[in-house]
Amino acid sequence: MQLVIYLGLVHHAEQTLAESFRVVGHGHADQPDVQLICEQLAALSDDHVRRLTPVVDRYGEQHSGADVEEPERLHADGLAEVRQGPVGLLRDLQDLHVLGTLVQTTWTVVHQAAQGLRDAELIGAARHCSAETSRQLAWLNTRMKAAAPQALIVAGRD
Amino acid sequence: MDRISDIWGTRNPHSRGTTWPARVDLHLDEGLTEAQVDRWVPSACVLCSNGCGCEIAVKDGRMVGVRGRADDPVNGGRLGPKGLYGSTPWSRSPDRLTRPLIREGGELVECDWDTAMGRIAEVSRRLLRERGPLSHGFYTSGQLFLEEYYTLAVIGKAGIGTPHMDGNTRLCTATAAASLKESFGADGQPGCYDDVEHCDAIFLYGHNMPETQTVLWARVLDRLRGADPPVLVCVDPRRTAVAAEATVHLAPKVGTNLALMNGLVRELFVNGWVDEDWVGEHTVGVETLREIVSPYTPDEVARICEVEPEDVTKAARIFGTSQRVLSTVLQGFYQSHQATASAVAVNNLHLLRGMLGRPGAGILQMNGQPTAQNNRECGADGDLPGFRNWDNEQHIAELARLWNVDPLVIPHWAEPTHALQIFKYAEEGSIGLLWISATNPAVSLPESARIRRILGGDCFVVVQDLFRTETAELADVVLPAAGWGEKTGTFTNADRTVHLSEQAVSPPGEARSDFEIFLGYADAMDFRDADGRPLIGWRTPEHAFEAWREASRGRPCDYSELSYDRLRSSGGLRWGADRLYTDASFPSATDFCETYGHDLLTGATVTEQEHRAQGADGRAFLKGAPYHPAPETPSEEFPLLFTTGRTVHQFHTRTKTGRSRPLNRAAPEAWAELSEADAAKLGIKDGDRVRVESPRSAVEVPARITRVPTGTVFVPFHYGQANELTATVWDPVSKQPAFKTAVCRVTPCNS
Repeated sequence: MQLVIYLGLVHHAEQTLAESFRVVGHGHADQPDVQLICEQLAALSDDHVRRLTPVVDRYGEQHSGADVEEPERLHADGLAEVRQGPVGLLRDLQDLHVLGTLVQTTWTVVHQAAQGLRDAELIGAARHCSAETSRQLAWLNTRMKAAAPQALIVAGRD
Repeated sequence: MDRISDIWGTRNPHSRGTTWPARVDLHLDEGLTEAQVDRWVPSACVLCSNGCGCEIAVKDGRMVGVRGRADDPVNGGRLGPKGLYGSTPWSRSPDRLTRPLIREGGELVECDWDTAMGRIAEVSRRLLRERGPLSHGFYTSGQLFLEEYYTLAVIGKAGIGTPHMDGNTRLCTATAAASLKESFGADGQPGCYDDVEHCDAIFLYGHNMPETQTVLWARVLDRLRGADPPVLVCVDPRRTAVAAEATVHLAPKVGTNLALMNGLVRELFVNGWVDEDWVGEHTVGVETLREIVSPYTPDEVARICEVEPEDVTKAARIFGTSQRVLSTVLQGFYQSHQATASAVAVNNLHLLRGMLGRPGAGILQMNGQPTAQNNRECGADGDLPGFRNWDNEQHIAELARLWNVDPLVIPHWAEPTHALQIFKYAEEGSIGLLWISATNPAVSLPESARIRRILGGDCFVVVQDLFRTETAELADVVLPAAGWGEKTGTFTNADRTVHLSEQAVSPPGEARSDFEIFLGYADAMDFRDADGRPLIGWRTPEHAFEAWREASRGRPCDYSELSYDRLRSSGGLRWGADRLYTDASFPSATDFCETYGHDLLTGATVTEQEHRAQGADGRAFLKGAPYHPAPETPSEEFPLLFTTGRTVHQFHTRTKTGRSRPLNRAAPEAWAELSEADAAKLGIKDGDRVRVESPRSAVEVPARITRVPTGTVFVPFHYGQANELTATVWDPVSKQPAFKTAVCRVTPCNS
């Protein structure tokens, strides 16, 4: 069953997202809201990883192997360090948004399979985690929209 | 009469449903009698948010005292210590600003108005040319008049076109506004002070009413001493005068309000105290809320908040079984973390019981300042005029028609920029002109050393005020402003009562009203509308009020029925009815509401589409969020919680009250309150000087051993020291700074 590939993918992507939120929050600590909210949003992804554990225990997960090349290509690298200045913040938030989108579409795929499998536990996890990923994306979107004009029009290069 | 010590004055006990008896308070300069006063000029007090109707005594062209108006619905003639002793002495203080000042060679030197305004206009024009409107920021007050806010709002939003406008209302009242918007769809106080006369239970959440709104507390005391007193519940970590009167005192550990509130809401659900029919008909979101609060059992609340589980159930039972509950909320909730979620939880309690819109069943999300409400209504802070929604193109089009400008001029791509973000942009250099009116951020914003650095940096800073405040000292141009009694205008208190405050005397020297100053700037900049006519089409406060009536017409805060003539003949009048939502119909329809709302946890905005999908359409929102710990929690290095607040004898940064001899004598300097246990552990005695240190800075003040909870240190904010220590952190929805949740350590100074 190929679902295990996607379980591995969502597991990995949530971990990457959590770490990246922490990197951005920590790196932009001079923006107190970014620091605080990124920490909280990272905690949501931590919780998603925990919720996956019983499911992974039942199905197993597969990150790689002879017959699974595609997920490797789908994996996105996290953010190891942050950029500087107002435009740098904007770019970092945008990168988080890209990672978050990957997480969300992966949950969508897992949710579809879970319904086909009539797996109530996985359906519940997918629904919950997908909704929370929407919250993460909504905050990133809100913050980028507020920051963009000032960063792109008035702020100097930093 | 000594109202320094006898703060609330004599009691007038009365029973439920009867009129609060009048009691006229008066204070005149020493040696003067009422008969010697030349004129009494109608106004209302501006030394807290209560808005007590009063008359200004004028003798030989000077303000010499005040007298309460017996027929006023707000106070029935009473005035508090700040109003009595602090209303007029500042006006003839020798250190009043009487001429504009301009910075030359590093020094502020006197100049004339043309020079001062010329310099401002020159810098303003250059920045607009070189960097555009986003280079401008305006930081105003909760103490100007309606006409001044509205004029500034039009200048900022349609003249310059900058989203960077906020007020110090952000520090005092932003969460009140945010919670009302989240729950009901728009700002607007649901209840009124008359609810004190009708309630059978009253809950005060983080509201030290006896010190912040002394006349309203006198009103509560008169019920408490009457025949059938309301049951009182106090939520406050400190043992305040409210706590002393309370049947239940819940003292949650600093920074845990939301856990407590979730526990109270949960009790309504599990005990069947929810009016299911009403909730089904008039709200959305009940099932999600039920789920969010389900983990907060009394034991869990007791664990997080360090309160007794029985007290949680007892307080909830009072709320759940009373017929008419009045709730009032203030800074203990608004200036803590998770502020909006906690204030919304108060609204939730009322919605779950259908407990609003009728006498005695009311919500008062309070204000900290006398005219904060008008800033929220007129949009010189982080709102748009008339409770309009920045995210609704139709609302922007209405404003554009009203002002005859291109809708694209009015910034509406995001929420208007909040105060701390404005200062951040100034720090980063992208705001090049910051105009500060009637407020003293060098003292009142968190981490004040940083704020002073920003104000003293490259940004061109304009300050208009009565005195050379700490902020004015750092300005590039200082404009001398007329104060209360020296100008005419209207303002609206926390229960929507509008008063006309008439000019009683001339301002000193060349000082001008804030209204005239803003008009002067508009003239100097020659702001024009789409047809080439002056953008600001009014020259007097009364004409500005008429323009505002049109701007508010048809919106939730509709002033179209009010006029200067009516306010002159009737005294204080409420906009809206006495109570809003008497028909349980809320301003939540997607096309009408002031906001589509936010995620209470993150502050992410809800989109129009998502809002429409919720189908509120006149129903209120039940919203919740889980509790999480405050950003700063005690550590080995900083083992104590640090919280700030107010004292009855001072107001704000003491600009006025500090110039009243009796008030200043009563509270001349800052102090730090410690519990007996902490003091003993640290070897500190009452009156010892102590060093209080947070991760930001340290201050030295005398210690007072009081009944603050063990593990907590309290410092009043009026004197400047407190905000040296507070952190730059804010609520994700209201963006109100969390002044009340930091950490510190304390050491005796002699060690």
